[in-house]
Amino acid sequence: MSMTLADYKVGIICCSGEDFPEGTISRVATRLVLEKLRPDETVTLCLPLFLAGGEDERAFARVFPTIAVDGCSKKCAEMGTRKFSGKPVATIVVSEVMKKYPQFKAKSREKLNAEEMKLAMKVAEEIAKKVDEILCKKTKK
Amino acid sequence: MKKLEVVVIPCSGIGKSLGTVGRVATYKVTDTLRLKETRTVCLALLTAGDSDALKLVKENPCIAVDGCPAQCSRKNIEVSEGNLVYSITVTDVLRRNRTLKPEGVIELNDQGNKLAEIIAEDVADKVDEILRGKK
Repeated sequence: MSMTLADYKVGIICCSGEDFPEGTISRVATRLVLEKLRPDETVTLCLPLFLAGGEDERAFARVFPTIAVDGCSKKCAEMGTRKFSGKPVATIVVSEVMKKYPQFKAKSREKLNAEEMKLAMKVAEEIAKKVDEILCKKTKK
Repeated sequence: MKKLEVVVIPCSGIGKSLGTVGRVATYKVTDTLRLKETRTVCLALLTAGDSDALKLVKENPCIAVDGCPAQCSRKNIEVSEGNLVYSITVTDVLRRNRTLKPEGVIELNDQGNKLAEIIAEDVADKVDEILRGKK
């Protein structure tokens, strides 16, 4: 049975880092892609479950392309995905994206304010762009 | 002597609202209820084997706040040989508060926030108990 593009999903794995606002941005941006920007093309994988040995999560990431969304340069999501499944097709680092938008500051961990939500949307748009690039390559094959 | 802190670590599961409940409950403890006595650490950083994170969980009492019975936070603290002293799971608390219907991952609804408050109170009590025992 061949796989059509409709069956094809991109897995988004974010770090959700608890210690820094950038971790919350990574998490919210991921959900914005899933819920609003690319709901039919993406799924998310629980990083802690993945790291704790969730076989379904690891199997998915071995078969389908993944995008790691990390809060900081330590890149825990990328590292975990690479270790247990395979190298993510792309990695987006929130602290890097923030350099392009110096007008936005990330301070909240629990609940993002309006400015931080705008920043999360900028990160989400970068993720969505990567999703499109990945799926575009698949249609050309 | 270095002051002892309790490290509260949620799973931050992203698939359902339960992970957000655990995460929000943790911030209620670390940022408000027991600001000076607690802190959190990135679970992914811990499981990636970061030396500072490993040292932190080995040298301080840890509380795991998990969203679902998979208990990823608890398991990852144990695998890291952290000093796990208490573990709470959102689904267990939800079973005792069946009228609450948490919804939302980006932002919790009011009932999700209420559930997070209940969990945060429980964790804060446990923090007091742990620190009393250490005196």
